[in-house]
Amino acid sequence: MGHATHPAATEVPKSNYPLMRTAAMIPMLALLIFAGAELARTLNYPVLSTLIFLPIVGSAFIILSNRRHEALIRWTALIVSCTTFLLSLPLYTNFDKTTAKMQFIERYSWIPAWSAEYYIGVDGISVLFVLLSALLTILCVTVSWTSVQDRTKEFYAALLIIEGSMIGVFCSLDLFLFYIFWEAMLIPMYLIVGVWGGPNRVYAAIKFFLFTLVGSVVMLVGIIALYFATDRSFDMLRMMSTDYPFHLQMILFWAFFSAFAVKVPMFPVHTWLPDAHTEAPTAGSVILAGILIKMGAYGFLRFNLPMFPEASKALAPAMMVLSVIAIIYGAIICLGQTDLKRLIAYSSVSHMGFVTLGIFALNTQGVQGGILQMINHGIVTGGLFLLVGIVYERTHTRRIADYGGAASLLPVYSALFMIFTLASIGLPGTNGFIGEFLILLGGFTASKVLGVFAATGVIIGAAYMLWLYQNIFFVEINPGLLGHGFRDIGTREILTVLPLIILIFWIGVYPNTFLGFMDVSVQNLLARLNSAGQANVAWQIIEVVK
Amino acid sequence: MNIPYPDLTPVIPEIIMIVAATLLLLIELIAENKRPLGYIGIIVAAITIYLLPSFRGEAFGGMFISDAYSVYFKAIILISLILTILISLRYLQTEHADFGEYYSLLLFSATGMMLMASARDLIIVFLGIELMSLSLYILCGIKKQDPRSTEAAMKYFLLGAFSTALLLYGISILYGLTTTTDIYLVADYIRTTQATPALMLSMVLIIVAFSFKISAVPFHMWAPDVYEGAPTSITAFMSTAAKAAAFAVLGRVFFTAFPVFEPYWTTILIIIAILTMAIGNILAIAQTNIKRMLAYSSIAHAGYILLAIIAGTNEAMSAMMLYLLVYTFMNMGAFAIVILLEKGENIADYNGLSKSHPFAAALMLVFMFSLTGIPPTAGFVGKFYIFMAAINAGYTWLVVIAVIFSAISAYFYLRIIMNMYMKPLGETVGIMPSLGLAAALFISAVMIFLIGLAPSVVL
Repeated sequence: MGHATHPAATEVPKSNYPLMRTAAMIPMLALLIFAGAELARTLNYPVLSTLIFLPIVGSAFIILSNRRHEALIRWTALIVSCTTFLLSLPLYTNFDKTTAKMQFIERYSWIPAWSAEYYIGVDGISVLFVLLSALLTILCVTVSWTSVQDRTKEFYAALLIIEGSMIGVFCSLDLFLFYIFWEAMLIPMYLIVGVWGGPNRVYAAIKFFLFTLVGSVVMLVGIIALYFATDRSFDMLRMMSTDYPFHLQMILFWAFFSAFAVKVPMFPVHTWLPDAHTEAPTAGSVILAGILIKMGAYGFLRFNLPMFPEASKALAPAMMVLSVIAIIYGAIICLGQTDLKRLIAYSSVSHMGFVTLGIFALNTQGVQGGILQMINHGIVTGGLFLLVGIVYERTHTRRIADYGGAASLLPVYSALFMIFTLASIGLPGTNGFIGEFLILLGGFTASKVLGVFAATGVIIGAAYMLWLYQNIFFVEINPGLLGHGFRDIGTREILTVLPLIILIFWIGVYPNTFLGFMDVSVQNLLARLNSAGQANVAWQIIEVVK
Repeated sequence: MNIPYPDLTPVIPEIIMIVAATLLLLIELIAENKRPLGYIGIIVAAITIYLLPSFRGEAFGGMFISDAYSVYFKAIILISLILTILISLRYLQTEHADFGEYYSLLLFSATGMMLMASARDLIIVFLGIELMSLSLYILCGIKKQDPRSTEAAMKYFLLGAFSTALLLYGISILYGLTTTTDIYLVADYIRTTQATPALMLSMVLIIVAFSFKISAVPFHMWAPDVYEGAPTSITAFMSTAAKAAAFAVLGRVFFTAFPVFEPYWTTILIIIAILTMAIGNILAIAQTNIKRMLAYSSIAHAGYILLAIIAGTNEAMSAMMLYLLVYTFMNMGAFAIVILLEKGENIADYNGLSKSHPFAAALMLVFMFSLTGIPPTAGFVGKFYIFMAAINAGYTWLVVIAVIFSAISAYFYLRIIMNMYMKPLGETVGIMPSLGLAAALFISAVMIFLIGLAPSVVL
């Protein structure tokens, strides 16, 4: 943090106050979180239901409150999201890492006529996403604190509804319930992009909605077909242990693929993502990059792999090829971007290519790396969008050419940005390294050729991120920037990105904390895949290529 | 000659309605203020709903039947009637169409629909259709000073009369072949015979006549014009209750009278359903008038419901009934918002509504998402059930087509939301809140979420 005490600090005298204030607040906050976690651990409550419904209740409270009381609305949103996060901590402390079974199960009859149940629970694959969703929502609230001024009430209400439904998606063990949450979050997300977004927001919002909806309705047909094939049951655990005929598996694989591939987004259907990410307000971009697109990859892990294992094996080579195309294509497109957010958006396409590559490598390293990389991408890209949002609030421009030399104007900010840049590149010591390394290891084991191609994505990734960093922070000071009377990043903003920085180094240095959660579940998933029938011709072709 | 006195118990709900409608006509003569007539209508309809389940059985030698199927449809019709009256109370005054006959005609029309739901004889079907349609023709033109309203009434009358003639023609051919109008006896006859051209012709004529009533393509041309010109409250009534009644007959007649010909009429209906979904959803995109847009949307929804008829299982029938109930609430809600705005017919009138009237905009948002079929609204539950029934009956490919069109429909429903939430506020459109409208909106919105989250209450 040498920048802060640099002689330049005399010109921008207040710049080190926020740092000191932040430093003073960290022990207090850590103590609070610790106390909250201890308290939550001793309390006895249905954890997952609370996490789903507390934000929704909070959102209802906001909707019913008077729109003139903006401070009240903001504080409500903050308190609700913080409470949700604290109440989610038992998932971390009380989670049994030695079993692949579902935990924190709640099961009630819901629609007996269709045998749909309110059935939720988490295992090692989903638990981390629940925690990440709860964490990122807090950051979305704080980063929007001053930037959202128009229709504040609707904004925070929508944000909290998204939180509830995101957590619902990751917890659902009933296919009907899953679909409800999966689709329900489209509504607030559509509004967040379309109402509070950038100049081209309306186009981006409707494109996002239609792409996702078309994918989802095809999955809906698949869900109904699966329901009848499972003897009129929506029980996902039962589906995971049923062996469906191969041709049905293939059809259902594609049906589910259509929804998940759009969400991830995989190569040919990724075009909604740059528009939506770019035009969304900061909080929207963070949610989109951090959680929403993870739901697609999570879907592959939760549905396609365990429910259609033979089809997954047969189609894995095709999926891996699509992933590698996304990795390289996304990275190359990044090199040509002139828009800050658009560049980060395309880098998501590339990074999510790594995730799907790892998943469809169908081996331990690949799948674990895929899951970890999803978390990493949520942290790093979420963080980058937060930081871009912070500077956008000051300059109101996203053109890279409008920046330059920002390091001397915003020393603390540029240091923070550097951390995220390096994590995005995958420097050893940061979380990005662990994830990409595991995935490349897994991918290489599955197919050497594809592994090599994927590795080039890392190199191009370094190229565009460093180029971006250089153009924004180094080079000569852009005279256009001086007019803004810059304030460096403030306490609220530092606190917003701080948790992510801690996580970057935590995962980078000691990933076992997180890998430990998923280990048994991933082994279980792979055992299910291996016990299914032998792979077919397509896989043998890959063997030859190796 | 000793004519046995018929057992009228099953018909009591209809009798109550007819008596009330006639009484309203008389009271109208002395009433200065016409609103209390509306209140009476609501109370009568509510009592009738309450009494419905307790009057079961057959009457008039089996021509009329009151069973679970008809009770459900009658409940939908009466709910639609109540909501229609609620949204009419204030609207009629502002439109200077505050005639007492309005409420009386609504009740007559609803009675006709109830007869249709209970008909087990083609004569009763015809009686019901005539009672319903004749009342609706007048109601469409009740804004006498508005040429569009008159035009709508004229158009509806001409095309309606045409379709009734086709129906009569079909029935008379059928009678000529089978010497009966009782649909069970017709079925018995058909079972013992071949598919002669005359028989097929009569079936096709009946299909065509009902396609007119449910505004299925290619017999949908009247709907946009009539929906646009008619008073908004009547449009809402026609698009919900009249459609439900027509589907009630379609469901009963085809399964009872022509089960042997199922392969034939399902083929015809599949073509009609695909065309209906395609034309309805695609043409709705191009509309600038919200009533016309909702007319095309109503055509498209008829297409989804036809899927249930095509599937033809018991499950599909209950899916159809649930869908019509759900559709009643969401469509009524949407029309109630159109009425709520002083100037709400053009889609551009909704620009920036979320800023000037956030609550009205939020309600419209709910109705639009429900019409699109996005959870957790009732619209999703309705669609899901129909798709489930159709897939179970083996029509997966048809459901794939339906979901694609359903995704396309999102575009024009979202356009309203886009205008309300994402466009800058144009000239401020005033609203005319009233207790009746508020009640109708409240009931619709609550039911949409209730059915959407806990469908067990109506399953």
